[in-house]
Amino acid sequence: MKVRLKVWRQSNPGTPGAFEEHETPDINPNMSFLEMLDVVNEDLASKGQEPIAFDHDCREGICGTCSLVIDGKPHGPHQGVATCQTYMRSFSDGDMITVEPFRAAPFPIIRDLVVDRKAFDRIMQAGGFISVRTGNAPDANAIPVPKIAADLAMDAAQCIGCGACVAACKNASAMLFVSAKVSHLGLLPQGQPERQRRVLAMVEAMDKEGFGACTVTGSCEAVCPKEISLDFISRMNRDYGRSLLQGEPGRKAGASDEA
Amino acid sequence: MKFITRLWGSSLGKKYLMALSGIALWFFVIGHLLGNLQVFLGPDKINTYAAFLKSQPGLLWGARLGLLAMVALHVSSAISLTNLNRNARPQPYGHPRAPFGSSYASRTMMMSGLIVAAFIIYHLLHYTVQTPAVNLTGVDFSEYQEAVGTTTRHDVYRMIIIGFRHPLVSLFYIVAVGLLSLHLSHGLSSMFQSLGITRWSKTGRDCLARTAGLITFVGYASIPVAVLLGLGKEVVK
Repeated sequence: MKVRLKVWRQSNPGTPGAFEEHETPDINPNMSFLEMLDVVNEDLASKGQEPIAFDHDCREGICGTCSLVIDGKPHGPHQGVATCQTYMRSFSDGDMITVEPFRAAPFPIIRDLVVDRKAFDRIMQAGGFISVRTGNAPDANAIPVPKIAADLAMDAAQCIGCGACVAACKNASAMLFVSAKVSHLGLLPQGQPERQRRVLAMVEAMDKEGFGACTVTGSCEAVCPKEISLDFISRMNRDYGRSLLQGEPGRKAGASDEA
Repeated sequence: MKFITRLWGSSLGKKYLMALSGIALWFFVIGHLLGNLQVFLGPDKINTYAAFLKSQPGLLWGARLGLLAMVALHVSSAISLTNLNRNARPQPYGHPRAPFGSSYASRTMMMSGLIVAAFIIYHLLHYTVQTPAVNLTGVDFSEYQEAVGTTTRHDVYRMIIIGFRHPLVSLFYIVAVGLLSLHLSHGLSSMFQSLGITRWSKTGRDCLARTAGLITFVGYASIPVAVLLGLGKEVVK
């Protein structure tokens, strides 16, 4: 089969980009979308043209590196699947496929389809961690975790941080990502000591990066390759509200904010 | 101090303000609807109700100023959040597909809200300030008085009937309450989400919000529709 690509080309962050059309060489319908791009790039290279830059790593749907907005939907036509596991058999011979980078001010384009998602790393650095005592390995299961909390935390921990939620949201909001991380750690006993500080710090970092707010359209949930639920945003809203009212634990009421 | 800066300064905090002012306005929408529906009980009921409200200036002005504050809060957080959201995606997608999985109501909150706001200004001039220039009938509604014993009171019933007999006025009213119910069908459900209330499932919350939106529409639209179909023609010639 062959498809036609309308693909975003931009040589660097400073110069304006534009769509460029390419017809693929003959491709196998069982190739993944990324393998199709590999074939196109080999073809381009053999013609002496610049290959299309795109992000990829594990190619088995667990690393969160691949991106792409395919025909207006991040990660392509399927639900709960990343671009790397989208196969060309999902398209028809001769289709025109529009391929764009994730679009958000906090995700500047580096080149073609590659965007800089370090904003997510900075949000994680602000509070997406727990403090543990290093030393000998602790006994397994020494800390009891309620089954419901463990299951919910695992659902949130599915997030691979790909940024599709931001790409899909009409507001380029990162709430689904941040709420998954906040909930994942906040649900488990190990995450309790820093729970309030975490949600305040991560939301502050998220706002600082310039992501939009949530208008509960549900686009993020609909495109998430890991099917993270919108309910986590609600959970984060509640955690944030509670932390706002309680202040940081252990601080005397009325103590100066800077202390 | 950090409480205030975090409340107004954060995207989440502004959503709380949006949701809380939204609830207050929603309560007014329901209360106002119940008051208005008394038009179906005849002139005496609604005119007595109107006279009662007017006889309590403290409560009336308290409620009016409270509502104005809620509107100001709702609108200012909406504008601020919309700016934040627009700046977060300076370059739109080339593919024309609407954001995947989003409802029409959720994508048009700003527009439905703005049209409803414009309607509210008209509605206040029409029936509260009673500016003759906007009612399209050429009559001054404040001249409608009803004699009760030795005193007179405002004939609100007559004002409603005459006001809604104009098809354009009724049409604008019906369109506006239609948009209000669209706004509510998303807003009421999002309110739970913004405040972190997960007591009911998302589907349940959506269903609740849509039903409430529909009831609002049917309730409010029933009045101009009834007037156009002849309500009050025996009493008001």
